[in-house]
Amino acid sequence: MKRRTLLKTGATAAFAAALGAPLRAQDGPMKVGFVYVGPINDGGWTQHHHHSAKEMVEHFGDAVELVYQESVPEGPDAERVMTQMCLQGCQIIFTTSFGFMDPTINVAAKFPDVVFEHATGYKTADNVSVYSARFYEGRAIQGHLAGKMTQSNKVGYIASVPIPEVVRGINSAFIHARKVNPDVEFKIIWIFEWLNPAKEADAAKALIEQGCDVVLQHTDSTAPHAAAKEAGGVYTFGQAADMAEFAPMPRISSIIDNWAPYYIDRVQAVMDGTWESVNTWQGIGEGMVGIGEISSAVPDDVKAEAEAMRDAIAAGEYHPFTGPLTDQSGTEFLAEGEVADDGLLAGMNFYVEGIEGDIPS
Amino acid sequence: MDLSSINPLLLLASLMVASTPILLAALGELVVERAGVLNLGVEGMMITGAACGIIFSTLTGNAWLGFAGAALGGLMLSFLFAVLTQVLLSNQVATGLALTLFGLGLSALLGQSFADARPPAFPKLDIPILSDLPVLGPVLFRHDGMVYIGLLLVVAVWYFLSRTRAGLVLRAVGENHEAAHALGYRVVLIRFGAIMFGGACAGLGGAYISLVRVPQWTEGMTAGAGWIALAIVVFAGWKPLRLLLGAYLFGGVTVLQLNLQAAGLAIPVEYLSMSPYVATILVLVILAAGRAPGSLGKTFHASR
Amino acid sequence: MITLERRPQPSRAWSYLSPLLAVIVTMIVGGLVFAALGKPPVEAIRTIFWDPLFGDFASYFRPQLLVKAAPLILIAIGLSFGFRAGIWNIGAEGQYIMGALFGAGLALAFYPSEARWLVFPLMIVAGTLGGLIWAMIPGLLRVYFRTNEILVSLMLVYVADFLLDAMALGLLRNPDGMGFPGSRNLQQYPAAHNAELIANTGMHWGVIAAFFAVVAAYILLSRHIFGFNVRLAGQSPRAAAFAGVSADKMVLICLGLSGALAGMAGMFEVAGPSGQVLASFNVGYGFTAIIVAFLGRLHPVGILLAGFLMALTYIGGELAQMNLQLPRSAIQLFQGMLLFFLLAVDVMTNFRIRFGRQKVA
Repeated sequence: MKRRTLLKTGATAAFAAALGAPLRAQDGPMKVGFVYVGPINDGGWTQHHHHSAKEMVEHFGDAVELVYQESVPEGPDAERVMTQMCLQGCQIIFTTSFGFMDPTINVAAKFPDVVFEHATGYKTADNVSVYSARFYEGRAIQGHLAGKMTQSNKVGYIASVPIPEVVRGINSAFIHARKVNPDVEFKIIWIFEWLNPAKEADAAKALIEQGCDVVLQHTDSTAPHAAAKEAGGVYTFGQAADMAEFAPMPRISSIIDNWAPYYIDRVQAVMDGTWESVNTWQGIGEGMVGIGEISSAVPDDVKAEAEAMRDAIAAGEYHPFTGPLTDQSGTEFLAEGEVADDGLLAGMNFYVEGIEGDIPS
Repeated sequence: MDLSSINPLLLLASLMVASTPILLAALGELVVERAGVLNLGVEGMMITGAACGIIFSTLTGNAWLGFAGAALGGLMLSFLFAVLTQVLLSNQVATGLALTLFGLGLSALLGQSFADARPPAFPKLDIPILSDLPVLGPVLFRHDGMVYIGLLLVVAVWYFLSRTRAGLVLRAVGENHEAAHALGYRVVLIRFGAIMFGGACAGLGGAYISLVRVPQWTEGMTAGAGWIALAIVVFAGWKPLRLLLGAYLFGGVTVLQLNLQAAGLAIPVEYLSMSPYVATILVLVILAAGRAPGSLGKTFHASR
Repeated sequence: MITLERRPQPSRAWSYLSPLLAVIVTMIVGGLVFAALGKPPVEAIRTIFWDPLFGDFASYFRPQLLVKAAPLILIAIGLSFGFRAGIWNIGAEGQYIMGALFGAGLALAFYPSEARWLVFPLMIVAGTLGGLIWAMIPGLLRVYFRTNEILVSLMLVYVADFLLDAMALGLLRNPDGMGFPGSRNLQQYPAAHNAELIANTGMHWGVIAAFFAVVAAYILLSRHIFGFNVRLAGQSPRAAAFAGVSADKMVLICLGLSGALAGMAGMFEVAGPSGQVLASFNVGYGFTAIIVAFLGRLHPVGILLAGFLMALTYIGGELAQMNLQLPRSAIQLFQGMLLFFLLAVDVMTNFRIRFGRQKVA
C-alpha cells in the first residue's frame, strides 16, 4: 500500500511538520484535499464541489488522489481536519465554505509548503488563494426572465444567510427585473441557512400564497421547485445544480456551479510548480457560472433576449452593475455608464433603490 | 410593508400542513411520557422515519406504503430504546440522546442512495361538498390524508387516555410505577407498548417531511423538529387536545415569520423564533395543571 | 426465563469490566457494519482507536484529544453532581452558549484592550456567570414554582441558540468583517486569546480547568460533607431531609455548579480553539457531555476516561473517513452503537442475571 510507505517515510517528518517544518509528499499520486461543509449528496453546494473534484480527478487519472471530508463544522474541527490532510501529505487543499476562512489561514501558516484554496473568502496569504464565482451574472439573467414572465408583478426570493454574495444576487436580479418591468416588486424571505428543505418549502409556499408567481432561491434544495410545481403556474430557477428534473415547468433556467476547470487549473499549477496566490473571481465567460437551458415555458423572444444578455456578459460587453444605480436611500452609488469595481461588489451590504425592507442584522 | 398581502385563510391552511410532522411526533411522545418514560430520541426516530419513508415509497411506488415503512422504522428504533431502558435499565436521558445520534447516522447511511429519489405524489383529498365550502373549504378540507390522520390520532389518544380503562392504567403506570406494579399491572409491558407507539408516530412525522412537505431526502432534513416535538408536549401540559394548540403555535410561528418577512415587515427573526420556547416555560410556571407525570424519567425495576 | 436480580452491593469487578466489554462488543459489531459497507473492518477499527494515540501522527493527535475532551469533561463533571442528587440539568448546551456569549461579549466590550491581566480573568468570571445565570433559571423556577428542571433547562437551550444567532448577526458582529456574520476572532486579540500555554501541546486554560475540576470533584465526593449530602439526596431524599439537607438548596447548588462549569467551558472554547462567535459555534458538547457523564458512571475518574474515549471516536472517526472513505454517517452510527452498548452493560454492575424461574416470594 502506497499510503503506508508514504506514512513511514513521513513518520519522523510528521513531528517536524507539526512544528512548521516543510513536509513534501514524495512519489506516488499527488494528494489533493477537499474540506466540505455539508454532506456530499446535499444536492447543491457541496455536491457540486465534490462533483467538480471528481471531474478533476478523472482529468488527471492516476496522477492525483482525492482526499476529502464531508460535513465538517466550521471552527476548531475544520482546523484539525485540514491539519490531518497536511500531515497525510496533501499538497493542495480546497476549503469550500466561507466559514473555513480563519482555520484555513491558521493551518496555512503552520504548513508553508502546502497550498490552500479557500472558496468565497477574502483573506489571502503566500500559500492561500481565494476563489469565487460571479453568481450575480447569472442572477441578472434570472432577473430579466423573472421580470418578463411574472403576471402578478410579484417575485419571491428565498435568501439564505445575509452576506454580501447573497445581497449582490438580490440586487442584480432586482435591477434587471425592474429594467424590463417597472411594476415588479420583490418579496424576500431570509431563512438564515444554506440548506433546510422543510424551511425552504415553507418559504416558497408563503411567497406563492402572497401572490408571487416567480420564485428565485439562493438555497440549495429542490423543495421550492416541488412547492411551485404543486401550486402550478409558478416559475423557479435551479440553484447550484441544474435541477433539470423540474424542467420545463416550474424550473425555467438555472445557475450551475462549475468548479472543475478551476480545480484542474490549480492542481496543474501545483504539479508544474507555477502555483501562486491569487484572488480569482470568475463568471459566465470563464465557465465557472453556467446558465442552465432556458426551458420551453419561456417565449422564444424572451429566451433570445436572455441568451443575448448571457453572451454579452460572457464577452465582457455588459456588466450587470452598470450605472446609474442608486441605493435604498436614493444616493447614487454608480454614475451613468460607470461599472462597479470588485471592491464595491465584494462588500455590498445594501439594497438598491426599489427593494423594500432591510437586510437583517 | 404590505400586511394585506397575507391571506389569513391560506396562512391557516399552510399552518395545518407545517404543523403536521411535529404534531404526530409530539403525540407519540405524549403517550410515552404519560407512561412515565422520557424518550429524548424523538429527533433520531423522526429522521429515521423520513429516510424509511423515502425508501419504502420509492421502492413500492406507493406513498401510503412509504408511511407504513416509516412507522415501522421509527418503531424499530424505539424498540431498541425500550429494551435498553426497560429491560437493561439504562438511564433514559442518556439513552435518548444516544438514540438521536444513532438515528442520524443510520438514516444518513440508509438514505445515501436515495438522495435523487423523488417520492410518488401524495394526493390531496378533495372531499366533495366540504372542500367547496366558502372560507372553511380551502382551510380545512383540501389537505392530504395524513393531516386528517394526525387530527384523528389526537382525538383517539385523547379518548384512549381519558375514557378507556387501558388509558387509565397507562396513566397510573406513569404517575406511580411502584403502586401500579403493586396493583398487578405489567409496568414494563405497558411501557414497551407506549414507547413503540411513540416511535411509530415519530416515524410518521418524519416521513411527512420527506414525502409530502419537501418532498425529497436530504441528510438531517428534520432539522430539529424532534426537539420541537418535545417542547410541544411540555407546552401542552401532557394533554392531547392542548397538544394540537401547541403544535399550531410552534408551527404557526414558523409560517408566520416567513409570511411577515415576505410581506416586507422587518421582524427580528431570532427573537420571534425563540418566543414559543419562552412561552412553554411560562406555561409550565403558570398552569398548575401542567404537572409532569410523577414517574417521568425514573427507572423502574420490579423485584425489589 | 431470564430475570434480573439486584445485587446487594454494586459489583466492583463489573463496574470496571463492563465498559471494556462494551468497547469490545462495539468493535465487533462495528467491524461487521464496516465490512458490510465494503471497508476493511480491522483497519477501520484500528484507525479509530489506535491511530490517534499511537499511529504515525500521534504527536499531533494526542494534544488534539485534550482540546476535544476538555470541554466535555468540564461540563460532565458539573453535571455529575446534579445527576447523583437526582437533579436533571440537560440544558448544558445552552449554558455553554451563554458562557461563550458572556465571555466573548466582555472581551469585545474592552476591544482593543491590551490589559490581558484584566480582560482575561474578567472573561473567565463573565463566562462562568453566564452559564450560572442560565442554569439558575430552571433552578429558581423549580424551587419557587415546582416546575420540572429537565424541561425548562431543555427549552432554554433553544432560546440560547437563537440568541447566539442574533448576536453573531447583530450586536457582536465584526465591524471589519466585510459584511459577513460572526464576531472578531479572539485568536487575533492577544488580551482575550485563550492560547496554548506551551506550543503544540493542546494545553490551554480550559484543559487545566478540566483537570482541576476532576480532582476537585473527586475530593468533594469522597472527602467532603457536600459529596455525602449529594449522594444521600440522590439515594434517599427523605433521609436527606432528615439529615438536614435542604432539597431546595441542593437544587440550586447542583444546577449552579453545572451551569457555571458549562459556561466556563464555553468561554474557554470561544476564546481559544473556536475563536469566534458564530451561529455554528456550538457543536453539541453540552449534550454529548451528558452521555460522557453517564459513561463515566458519574465518577470523576470515569468521566475523565469517558471524555477521552468520546474524543477518540471523534478524531479517529475523522481519520477513518479521510483514509478509508468511510461515510460520516457510518461513524455516527458507530458512536451511537458504542453508547448503546456502554449503557446496556451497565446493568451488570447493579444486577445479576438469573436463569430459570423466578421464585415466588
